[in-house]
Amino acid sequence: MAELDTSGGGKHKGGKVRTKKKATRVDLTAMVDLAFLLITFFILTTTLNKPKAMELIMPDKDDKNTQMPVPESRTMTLLLGDNNKLEWFVGEPGKTQPAVIGYGKEDLRKVLVDQNNLIKQSHGGQPMIVVVKPSAQSTYKNVVTVMDELNITGIEQRAIVDITPVELALLKRDNLYK
Amino acid sequence: MPRVKVARKSTAIDMTAMCDVAFLLLTFFILSAKPKTQDPAQIQIPAATVIGPIPEVDFSTISIGQGKVFFNVEGDDVRKKTLEIMGDKYKIAFTPDEKNTFAGVESFGVPISQLKTFLALDPKQRGTIAQPGIPVDTTNTNELYDWVHSARLADKYLHDKDLKIGIKGNSEENFPTVAKVISTLQKQKVDRFNLITSLKSK
Repeated sequence: MAELDTSGGGKHKGGKVRTKKKATRVDLTAMVDLAFLLITFFILTTTLNKPKAMELIMPDKDDKNTQMPVPESRTMTLLLGDNNKLEWFVGEPGKTQPAVIGYGKEDLRKVLVDQNNLIKQSHGGQPMIVVVKPSAQSTYKNVVTVMDELNITGIEQRAIVDITPVELALLKRDNLYK
Repeated sequence: MPRVKVARKSTAIDMTAMCDVAFLLLTFFILSAKPKTQDPAQIQIPAATVIGPIPEVDFSTISIGQGKVFFNVEGDDVRKKTLEIMGDKYKIAFTPDEKNTFAGVESFGVPISQLKTFLALDPKQRGTIAQPGIPVDTTNTNELYDWVHSARLADKYLHDKDLKIGIKGNSEENFPTVAKVISTLQKQKVDRFNLITSLKSK
């Protein structure tokens, strides 16, 4: 193994001079400890630090063939305002009163699930369509949260659309846009 | 009754093999660890629950932070080819030295007119100076459009793969900046992106 043969000291002037046998075996415990500590560190840092990605698919802007008419009664619009608040309504803007909610589990997710069920019931199982309209004062995080909630609630038919002046006026009225 | 003599055994175990294995693994992990790319801007990525892994090759990242846009494409060879294509487009001749420097620069955000001066800086300075960001406006051919287009061409030419595009946006970034980037990408019929996020629980 890791030992060297150190036996056999030289003879000196006829008389026997015994060199002391020393073991060359080194205690490796500390070294192994250190090595495993570093391994653990590297394993943890490499696997935990990997960024992940959420896929976002936007509709093709030029392709007019795949665009289909959308019934207003099945459409839910989310207007993203500032201060991490949004408002939602079903149908055409102005006809139904929008409600202001936050992005939390109890707010947005609950509304999405409830409305989806309501619309499915009244439209013979047809799913809800969600139109996300981020205003200029909403943040990127808000949009990601909304898309994530839509993924969680399994609402497949959604789109990110530019906000219209009518809807911007609604946000301004509710103090969600300055 | 005679006493049973238990042979005294040394409690020291030979750790040589264990040590060897440990260091072998250590070397492997150190070598396989990718150094963290330093973003020129402070970017705090948002969290999401439904997410997948991002590819490590044939991937381009567009970082958005503090209203500025930065561009990066994975792979030294792809970066080099991208710069060549960009040089042809903008009629700027890059020297082989500049191309090699560019191959080592990960994320950058300078207009192409300032790229030569940027590459002439030493690596330390390059990390510290404030980069103005790649120009993104609403015109049909802004510089980001050309960078992405060139990178896609370069990747197709070198690896024969379709370049995937990731958007790494800062959480608190106002959405219009991100929307500008998305519309730039959609102009070249890139409709699938990966929004780079961290994991959160439901």
